[in-house]
Amino acid sequence: MSEDVEKDVTAGATTLPAPRAAAGEGSAEPLLVVDKLVKHFPVKGGFPVRRTIGAVQAVDGIDLTVHVGESFGLVGESGCGKSTTGRLITRLLEPTGGRITYRGRDITHASRKELAPVRSEIQMIFQDPYSSLNPRQTVGKIISAPMEINGIDPTGGREKRVRELLEIVGLNPEHYNRFPHEFSGGQRQRIGVARALASEPKLIVADEPVSALDVSIQAQVVNLLQEVQRELGIAFLFIAHDLAVVRHFSQRVAVMYLGKVIEVGDRGSIYTRPRHPYTHALLSAVPEVELEASGKPPRERIRLAGDVPSPISPPSGCRFRTRCWKAQDKCAQEEPPLVRLSGNKDGHLTACHFPEDPTTEARDEDIVLDPALAALEDAAEGQ
Amino acid sequence: MLRFLVRRTLGAAVILFLLSIVAFLLFFGMPRDPGLLMCGKTCTPANLANIHHVLGLDKSIPEQYWIFLHNLVLGSNGFDQGPCPAPCFGYSYHTNEQVWGTLMDRLPTTVSLTLGAAVCFLFVGLGTGMLSAWKRGTLVDKTVTAGAMVLSSMQIYFLGPLALAALVYQSHLFDKPAYNDFTADPVSWFTGLIIPWVILSTIFASQYTRMARSSMIEQLQEEHVRTARAKGMSRRYVFFRYAWRGSLIPIVTIFGIDLGALLGGAIITEYTFGLPGLGKLAVESVNFSDLPLLLGVMLFSAAMILLFNIIVDACYAFIDPRVRLS
Amino acid sequence: MTTSTKESGAVAPAAPGAFLSVRDLYVRFKTEDGVVKAVDGLSFDLERGKTLGIVGESGSGKSVTNLTILGLHNPMFTSVEGEIVLDGQELITARESELEKVRGNKAAMIFQDPLTALSPYYTVGRQIAEPFWKHTGASKKAAWERAVEMLGKVGIPNPRQRAKDYPHQFSGGMRQRAMIAMALVCDPDLLIADEPTTALDVTVQAQILDLLKNLQQEFGSAIVFITHDLGVIADMADDIMVMYAGGAVERGTVDQVLRSPQHPYTWGLLNSMPRLDSDLDTPLAPIPGAPPSLLRPPSGCRFHPRCTFQAEVGGARCVDELPLLPPGRGGACHLTAEQKQTIFVEQIKPRLR
Repeated sequence: MSEDVEKDVTAGATTLPAPRAAAGEGSAEPLLVVDKLVKHFPVKGGFPVRRTIGAVQAVDGIDLTVHVGESFGLVGESGCGKSTTGRLITRLLEPTGGRITYRGRDITHASRKELAPVRSEIQMIFQDPYSSLNPRQTVGKIISAPMEINGIDPTGGREKRVRELLEIVGLNPEHYNRFPHEFSGGQRQRIGVARALASEPKLIVADEPVSALDVSIQAQVVNLLQEVQRELGIAFLFIAHDLAVVRHFSQRVAVMYLGKVIEVGDRGSIYTRPRHPYTHALLSAVPEVELEASGKPPRERIRLAGDVPSPISPPSGCRFRTRCWKAQDKCAQEEPPLVRLSGNKDGHLTACHFPEDPTTEARDEDIVLDPALAALEDAAEGQ
Repeated sequence: MLRFLVRRTLGAAVILFLLSIVAFLLFFGMPRDPGLLMCGKTCTPANLANIHHVLGLDKSIPEQYWIFLHNLVLGSNGFDQGPCPAPCFGYSYHTNEQVWGTLMDRLPTTVSLTLGAAVCFLFVGLGTGMLSAWKRGTLVDKTVTAGAMVLSSMQIYFLGPLALAALVYQSHLFDKPAYNDFTADPVSWFTGLIIPWVILSTIFASQYTRMARSSMIEQLQEEHVRTARAKGMSRRYVFFRYAWRGSLIPIVTIFGIDLGALLGGAIITEYTFGLPGLGKLAVESVNFSDLPLLLGVMLFSAAMILLFNIIVDACYAFIDPRVRLS
Repeated sequence: MTTSTKESGAVAPAAPGAFLSVRDLYVRFKTEDGVVKAVDGLSFDLERGKTLGIVGESGSGKSVTNLTILGLHNPMFTSVEGEIVLDGQELITARESELEKVRGNKAAMIFQDPLTALSPYYTVGRQIAEPFWKHTGASKKAAWERAVEMLGKVGIPNPRQRAKDYPHQFSGGMRQRAMIAMALVCDPDLLIADEPTTALDVTVQAQILDLLKNLQQEFGSAIVFITHDLGVIADMADDIMVMYAGGAVERGTVDQVLRSPQHPYTWGLLNSMPRLDSDLDTPLAPIPGAPPSLLRPPSGCRFHPRCTFQAEVGGARCVDELPLLPPGRGGACHLTAEQKQTIFVEQIKPRLR
């Protein structure tokens, strides 16, 4: 084990590249276009014959564009459909409706055969480094599998390539014949990254790739992914619930709520000039370490009430309206379109009838919607 | 819940229907001709053809099946032996008795044997298993575990004759196993079955001991059990209120399967002790290529297993509110 | 190595004002692979009404410590040494019946995953009422009323009805509220919260954290708050103890530990954590390597295999000698105070922008 640690030291610190003239940000060539994508999971029930009586509207008409070489972040809370979106794009799930276009090619309902040339170019990294690697296969076999499946024969042979890949992800090439259980969580996630890289992808869908890892290990994997993205010019769809990690990794970010994209834009717009009330609430909920009395204005404080409603019968109109402090009748009747609001930067789109001011600074009065919390706070103030 | 039960019952009926078709086809795939068995030593082709006609075996298989189904549901007067009310499986080729009547004659033996043994092995098995889990790691636990291990590797046809030899033929401590009608003579009913009960439940109980122990230990490691301890609830309270509830699920599942299977005929036990139950009947029906009896026993056994499956599912709902309320 | 850890255990006796006082705690698990030294010579104090945040990664011993306080470890596989004094009562040597009177009454716990931590077989109301009737001797009816009252207090709408529901009928956030109601039902003096918001969504986490803070005001409980999230701890705690590989490596007030940390591991945590306002041009600086196996913890300072400042200490001191954690403010590191100050100001702080 200790030798592995030594290896990681070098991998973590020294091979970090100088950020090459930001690969993603300049190029505007679309790699992946998602158009009104829908995924409904049927809900069975009824009597006497079981039939479909409803649907979990996991993803309900979202539009996204991922450009060549960029990292696109997808954030939201559980049940917002971000993971389903990732699985639809990698075609692990069959879309109910809408279109997925990869490099100008419609892959929405492509068969296995039609998908074959694209499969190698879109790879996935999973959350759980323990269950996503076959425990009975050696690391070498795991990493070379995508090459076998896609018929890739690198010069010098697959084994040589696997050893290179192991080195790229900061593992010892000598570990070719070891099994996953011999590695720690962070190292396993590196194996997952190496496997994704094996077929020389153009797009990697990373579904919560660091959330199962300890804080000190998270940073190692984030850095590795960043290195891969910049060095190899691979585009990322980075799906995570941790807003700070997404901000660190992604140039553009989409915020999802109950199967819809409610706000999308470059990271500066989303994190410092959000317009959608939910984005405000989300950012304000992140507990932050104040490292020094910085003199920065304090952040706004918004405390929502209750949990996210069920995606089986989402609210009409704007889906956030049941938890929103600005909701009016219009919000229940009309679904707000995802559009550029006046004052927004180009590409910063918001789906809201009554958007908030573009700032995250504290308001005159905190927004506390949770009744129990509000009551306790009032009582404390009254004393 | 009621809907669920109705749906399950309909499903069970479909399974029984399919099973009867399979049984029919298997029977006609058998290399033995039941007509030949009945025909005796002086068998002429004319005799054989006559027997086939009487048994209805000269008709096509679908036609025979249709008649079987028709009789089963509506009953029949078309038998030489006499009327046959629904559920009619016809008359045995071998004994010329009505199949349903034979089943009902044999059923009390099997029910007595099974229920008596089930009460024993359930109480003894759960008791020792829970004791073992409560005293985990102690000498008591180790003794119980080792004993259960030894007993569960025993077989009825080994323990049974051994018990008979030692307790009946050598020492005359107990009566020779036999079935006596409970309503006529409860005492001899009891004394006649005590050895089969003990032997059958010894083997089953050892499995229930192991299952109850591992199930309880698993439950005791559940987080909600730890929460209950963290609230200050006593070890006994947590053991019997929290862990016990969850450990019931696997036990009820297996108990339902075992009971259903045993009620369909405890073949080896009945043979070992010479008890005239359904299991013995099943073997006889195969030996004599007795199609009506074979179908009767088989569908009855299958119905028992399906019935207890449904009962188990209903029990889940009582044990676990997550099942009840979804 | 063992001897050096034993010596290091010689820490000052319990502080006079301390309500909870842990001294020289050693917890070991017997496993098939050997003995796991889950907690290795830990001491800390907590005053009435204060919140102590314990931060550390998986396997740092933070959860084990707190299960041990209430004696909830499995005695078959665990050996516990040391002293745990809660309000004058020694808990390690206490009889099971004594502990049962403390648990849920004077000291209560909140667990990480409310779905698995609540029993699926009993109603939420009953599960909250149980400790109340057990500890106060109230009738079941009175306990039920109390459960309904507590559910209302933690913000469950329509509590009289919802008390009759089972946990699976609650949403994740509501389950954790019910868990809090259950912990507070006997008005405990000490509340141990083990990663209580880790399983929750961020907007729900914010509600629950604020709720806990406010309820603490009302109930006056001291809280031991265990988490891996520095942001959460900054929000909740008065004091922080940083744990690594079974021992405390740094402690102090929130401001002290987060604004002028004194241990390389704390530096590493701060530098590897992205923040909403961190500088995007500065790559994260991860701690190299992985946490050690507690079957065979490293000799000397347990952080030394991952520490980049060994050379500054010089010699083999980090490998041979376990650094002491001074009582009160401080870090368990062989670097001198001046070295720490210099390294922090020159190398660590500039990255934290």
